Amino acid sequence: MLTVENLTVQFPGRHGTFTAVEDVSLSIAPGEIHGLVGESGAGKSTIGAAIIGLLQPPGFVAGGLMQLGDTDLRSLTPSQAHAMRGARISMIFQDPQTSLNPLMTIEDQLIETIQAHEDITSAKALERAVDLLEEIGIEGAAKRIKAYPHQFSGGMRQRVVIALALCTNPELIIADEPTTALDVAVQSQVLDLIRRLALTRDIGFLLITHDIGVIAQITDNVTVLRGGKVMETGPTEKVLQAPDHPYTQSLMAAVPRLDRKLDRFLVPDSDKPAMAAPAGKSAADAERWLRGGEQALGEGLGMHGVTVRFTGPRESLLRKPDAFVALDDVTMQVRPGSVMGLVGESGSGKSTMAKVLTGLVQPSEGRLTLGDTPLPLARQRGRKDPSRRLIQMVFQDPFSSLNSRHRIGDILSEPLWLYGLEPDKGNRRDIAAAMLDLVGLSADAIDRYPHQFSGGQRQRIAVARSLLARPRVLICDEPTSALDVSIQAQVLNLLKDLQSQFGLTILFISHNLAVVRQMSDDITVLKSGKVIEAGGSEGFFTAPQADYSRALLALTPGVAA
Amino acid sequence: MLARLLRSDGIYLFLRSPAAIVAAIVAVLVVGGAFAAPWIATSNPYDLASFSLMDGLLPPVWQGGDPRFLLGTDDQGRDMVSSILYGARLSLTIAIMAMIIATVLGVGLGLAAGFFGGRFDAIVMRIADVQLALPAILTALLIDGISRGLLPAAMQDDLRVAVLTLAIALSLWVNFARTARASVFVERNKDYVQAAMIMGQHPLRVMLRHILPNILGPLLVIMTVDLASAILLEATLSFLGIGLPADSPSLGTLIRIGMQFLLSGEWWILWVPTLFLVALVVSINVLGDFLRDVFNPRLR
Repeated sequence: MLTVENLTVQFPGRHGTFTAVEDVSLSIAPGEIHGLVGESGAGKSTIGAAIIGLLQPPGFVAGGLMQLGDTDLRSLTPSQAHAMRGARISMIFQDPQTSLNPLMTIEDQLIETIQAHEDITSAKALERAVDLLEEIGIEGAAKRIKAYPHQFSGGMRQRVVIALALCTNPELIIADEPTTALDVAVQSQVLDLIRRLALTRDIGFLLITHDIGVIAQITDNVTVLRGGKVMETGPTEKVLQAPDHPYTQSLMAAVPRLDRKLDRFLVPDSDKPAMAAPAGKSAADAERWLRGGEQALGEGLGMHGVTVRFTGPRESLLRKPDAFVALDDVTMQVRPGSVMGLVGESGSGKSTMAKVLTGLVQPSEGRLTLGDTPLPLARQRGRKDPSRRLIQMVFQDPFSSLNSRHRIGDILSEPLWLYGLEPDKGNRRDIAAAMLDLVGLSADAIDRYPHQFSGGQRQRIAVARSLLARPRVLICDEPTSALDVSIQAQVLNLLKDLQSQFGLTILFISHNLAVVRQMSDDITVLKSGKVIEAGGSEGFFTAPQADYSRALLALTPGVAA
Repeated sequence: MLARLLRSDGIYLFLRSPAAIVAAIVAVLVVGGAFAAPWIATSNPYDLASFSLMDGLLPPVWQGGDPRFLLGTDDQGRDMVSSILYGARLSLTIAIMAMIIATVLGVGLGLAAGFFGGRFDAIVMRIADVQLALPAILTALLIDGISRGLLPAAMQDDLRVAVLTLAIALSLWVNFARTARASVFVERNKDYVQAAMIMGQHPLRVMLRHILPNILGPLLVIMTVDLASAILLEATLSFLGIGLPADSPSLGTLIRIGMQFLLSGEWWILWVPTLFLVALVVSINVLGDFLRDVFNPRLR
């Protein structure tokens, strides 16, 4: 049905022409779900945009053939292309929050779309819209259709987006990361729906994603992209189980597995930039420095009966607003020198726990311990409190956790200066350079700015900064969820190495169960601010106790061995 | 250093924006001329000995005037070119000083309000609201009145420039405070600020060293646009007679003087300073718009 042959897309720019997609061929049959997988910058979304004719200028299709049925997509005039979008090709976007108009009811949006492509009465269109909503699994559709987007949950909203894409009976739907913004449980429902629609309506899907678990779960065929070129294509099972191409092989090796724990990940290829290393200082110096000082080993970290209440929305001018309980009587004990995995869906209170521990949020009840000593709560914790140094944090988004106006050297020297660990400026610089080597970056990175580094490199810098405080406890809040699989594998390897070398205590927060399994010794499962299950990691993954844990594990898309 | 500057996005966009180039040339000529006035002007309009009543009301050269006075003379015999250059010099000095005061005051208060939030934020922003509700002229009149009441008569004339600068600064700081506060709200929740807070850094250091460099972009835009506002405000106040006296004329004073000759045929006395003011303000505003585009990648 859809045939793409030798597609090349180019972006002419200031520094020369950039070829985003080169010589890509793929075909999709009716009812087929075709996965397009690759890391960021691989050209996945560009291919989708080229097919639907919505390439961002100055990008243009430089060569190749795109055919939908008998229609040559490249030869369409703008108005013909416009008429075909929605009618024969539809699109589902990543974020259901922004792809629906918040000021229009679902009814208005569906009817508007239907009537834009067909000349039928509003009553008929409404009937069709209600049928559609029922088909995609929204109960009481006739009533719910009057609602506004914000009155639906994230998963329901994504269903509505799918209904919008469906309402003109398209032949092809391009789904660009349709489940990336959703929690595991919701993700699996949406994927089921896509699978069902492909079967019942014979619609071809082009499913663009970075998540190999999703690919494994629902696609028939898959195309692996890298740097705009096709690395490998074929039936999903074949490509994932017995990849031919070395890139696919290493990519598969880097995917964290849910079914067993590996010691280290195999890394596809090095992310180390090709920079000269004039450093006089090396990882060994950094190691010696870290081991120096009075302590080397990690400390235990404890939370006892911690409750956090936030002020909820005010409902009346006169009444005090109801409190929203973010953490409800949470108790957790992290053993010294171990890695505690903290899992839960979005909104379960994972990040709030990190904020309580780092002293950014004041709990209303409970107490904290660091080793054998009590750890002051946020308001009691002075700026000079020793725990400020002993507990360090690695943030999720390496693009916002480093000040973009400071040089790497300044960023790294700051903890040394602030905690008075090293009075001499030159020495601070040397230690920072040595630490860069320890985290696998060249020491000449020291005079650069954060924007000159990739996401994975920045995350290494963030890890280096936290180590330069000589911490005993590292809190990692989703440290790899903003990164590509291969980069994720490198950062996880780094954390593992550091942990085993220096015996750090790590609290590893993630929504990704497969990653948590690879990292942690113990596990705490959080749901709506309550601890559902806590215990040894291997025990949790082989025989989970709570129903919720079992459901969570069952829903996580995994790559079968 | 220079090579890096030439390769930067700002220069790249600048060289592709004819409007910005023209505006920059006009602004450089006007500002440069104003500050070089003592060296390039043919006469000093403040020095009574340097002009003569005999040369009064001469039209511009192309209307048959004296070649010594390119754009003609006013009723006192002052050369219009020299008057404008000296007037612009005074106007620009006041506007730039006022803008600097407004920036320091507004950014300082806005930064602190956005960073600390809560009651301090509420108080600062309510003061800003009140300030915004008062027309600039009223603020100027108020300060003028207070200074007349408090200061001895002898000092009043000397302090006219300071009073005017303060009045303009007070009516402009709100813009800076609001912009700084809004930008701080965005930056404060970013991880690098959180990281600095977790480390236990001093709030002042977090504000000045971490947040401030990251919000400079929008502030630079406001500074440019507000410089134009300050020039206009000074002209308005001087035009209305609250500003500078006739013996030390700024652009606004020149326009006020010119008004008297509008209907008697000596059009150049009004039009020359007016067009000069318009060229200056428009060119600065165009540059401000250009800067806004540079700092807002979404508009590109």
